[in-house]
Amino acid sequence: MTTTTTPLAETTLLRFATAGSVDDGKSTLVGRLLHDSKSVLTDQLEAVEHASRNRGQDTPDLALLTDGLRAEREQGITIDVAYRYFATARRRFILADTPGHVQYTRNMVTGASTAELAVVLVDARNGVVEQTRRHAAVAALLRVPHVVLAVNKMDLVDYQEPVFAAIAKEFTAYAASLGVPEITAIPISALAGDNVVDPSAHMDWYGGPTVLEHLETVPVSHDLTACPARFPVQYVIRPQTAEHPDYRGYAGQIASGVLRVGEPVTVLPSGRVSTIAGIDALGVSVDTAWAPQSVTVRLSDDVDVSRGDLIAPSGDLPASTQDVEATVCHVADQPLSVGQRVLLKHTTRTVKAIVKDIPSRLTLDDLSQHPAPGQLVANDIGRVVVRTAEPLALDAYADSRRTGSFLLIDPADGTTLSAGMAGASFAEAVRGGSTPEAAEDDAEWDF
Amino acid sequence: MTSVATVPEGTVNPYALSHLDSLESEAVHIFREVAGEFERPVILFSGGKDSIVMLHLALKAFAPAPIPFTLLHVDTGHNFPEVLDYRDRAVAAHGLRLHIASVQDYIDAGTLRERPDGTRNPLQTVPLTEAIQQHRFDAVFGGGRRDEEKARAKERVFSLRDEFSQWDPRRQRPELWQLYNGRHAPGEHVRVFPISNWTELDVWQYIQRERIELPEIYFAHHREVFDRGGMWLTAGDWGGPKDTEPTETRLVRYRTVGDMSCTGAVDSDATTLDAVIAEIAASRLTERGATRADDKMSEAAMEDRKREGYF
Repeated sequence: MTTTTTPLAETTLLRFATAGSVDDGKSTLVGRLLHDSKSVLTDQLEAVEHASRNRGQDTPDLALLTDGLRAEREQGITIDVAYRYFATARRRFILADTPGHVQYTRNMVTGASTAELAVVLVDARNGVVEQTRRHAAVAALLRVPHVVLAVNKMDLVDYQEPVFAAIAKEFTAYAASLGVPEITAIPISALAGDNVVDPSAHMDWYGGPTVLEHLETVPVSHDLTACPARFPVQYVIRPQTAEHPDYRGYAGQIASGVLRVGEPVTVLPSGRVSTIAGIDALGVSVDTAWAPQSVTVRLSDDVDVSRGDLIAPSGDLPASTQDVEATVCHVADQPLSVGQRVLLKHTTRTVKAIVKDIPSRLTLDDLSQHPAPGQLVANDIGRVVVRTAEPLALDAYADSRRTGSFLLIDPADGTTLSAGMAGASFAEAVRGGSTPEAAEDDAEWDF
Repeated sequence: MTSVATVPEGTVNPYALSHLDSLESEAVHIFREVAGEFERPVILFSGGKDSIVMLHLALKAFAPAPIPFTLLHVDTGHNFPEVLDYRDRAVAAHGLRLHIASVQDYIDAGTLRERPDGTRNPLQTVPLTEAIQQHRFDAVFGGGRRDEEKARAKERVFSLRDEFSQWDPRRQRPELWQLYNGRHAPGEHVRVFPISNWTELDVWQYIQRERIELPEIYFAHHREVFDRGGMWLTAGDWGGPKDTEPTETRLVRYRTVGDMSCTGAVDSDATTLDAVIAEIAASRLTERGATRADDKMSEAAMEDRKREGYF
């Protein structure tokens, strides 16, 4: 690690997720990234070498670096999302290492929900397969801003450019049709170390970045500050001390956009208007603050504001609604059914709700829609209509991942049932636009 | 064919946050979520660097109001005097309330038995979980970081514990976006880890940036130590050294602070924050690999302790 040679202000944080099925070499890629960026320390490597030897393996199994649970090591599979940390001189990375196993959808949704970039792995020998399309679809559904296609095992196809070019073309066309805004294809061999951290000596024809170079340079957070300002109130700070007898501040993390002192704002759902009198950025008074800063906002009028309210610029308010139409990924083992009573957690607000309808269930393999499934079970993705007991200031997920997302929670035992994304889904955008190339010869396609 | 996204040379995004600002903002958000949703939260505070950073973050999160939480220290009876002194000064300086759960009290009462190896770290689980039940704490903040250990890498930011404080890694709630689900039944509680996403280096860089005072044992000093199992342990009333373990005075510092019987010092001449940070950045050993005996007991030592209710 060379972080100390770079001034702090120049290092930023990138959160990314990996997706790949069991044999695509995802663990090897993660291991290679950690190993070649010198993020694996001696004692960790020794532990892996020791464990590998005990299993009768000749070479250290880098997957053991990421399989943290007893059951994972026993079974040799990754059960749950794990978070990894590594750094270069330019950037810090938080990697959501998502298993490609049976429970793939909910795990990838979990990892992708906070990711600004997703790495989708493909085996160069197999090309774009059903699983690749599923991963691209989840990245599109979750609106991960950047997708990297890592065409792995190039060493097994003699590092041939046409093999890579054909896979990259097919994937790019498919993912672009789903609305993935940024796609970068990189030919790699995770096993041999080609184009992961160091440029490959075997692929002169490739002029693009290595995986790590791309991770270091891809822009982050710009999408949050370009959106209208949204400030969900988390907590009201009222010291009521001799020093601060009248201080009343609304604490929260700016979900999107930029807040400025003097700006006219509206508090939702009440609709009361005021002006931003001051912004305290963790003890420092500032004129401007932006997402995702945690700040405290003071208003010039003594209006009634509490946890769960949303402060937004008066000229650019989200719609308030009690009828939420959304795409959900069902993440619990117990099903979600029409008529079910649930809790809906949106930003800092939790309200009672009822599932009025489940119009369709999406099959990620081929993006076909199955009408009126009645219920959703674990890993299903479907359209739902939910009626809430109180109005929500809800943006479309397409406009804001933070104010367009919500959880459905079982009121009986607190289980997180579903991950919700408000508004039209990418599938509807596809329906309205051009037909994806990859689906032209697909009999299941029913848009 | 493919579009490559790069930042044009020379352009600066005025809204870019440094990685420390991003981590700080996230941690503050987590503190405020708990304040908004729970009745009786408590911060585990040991006087170690991670809990000191937690306290600092909580102070910032609610300023200019006081922290709306009490503190809890599980005292093994084998703590470093410098750390206990720091703990008491911090509590007094910020007008906080501190609960102490004492391992020694349990041993004296005969409800816990001293282990043959003299290590009290695993004994903390019982006083901790009983204090949580007794005070009916419903959210318990811990300074655990996912980079510390492979089982901790699997830990959620909000981690539901049952009425026996047990962690079941296979029954964890998926954690989506920044929407933390803190719902729990009476008797259950939620462990909350605001600095989950920080690394050891992040903690040190933040301490430097924020000019946070630390107990002096984190900096190089001369100390009487002896070698046990490849670690430099401090001689003291807790039971070391044995007759066969000669002591010597060495220039050392601590990377992590826990029970004196299982926390080792490292040879170091780093007397300043800059020197400590340079040393950590160059180190080829993890924080726990270098200095914690309790994690070396087995491949799943941390997971097993966490299942029982440990942090």
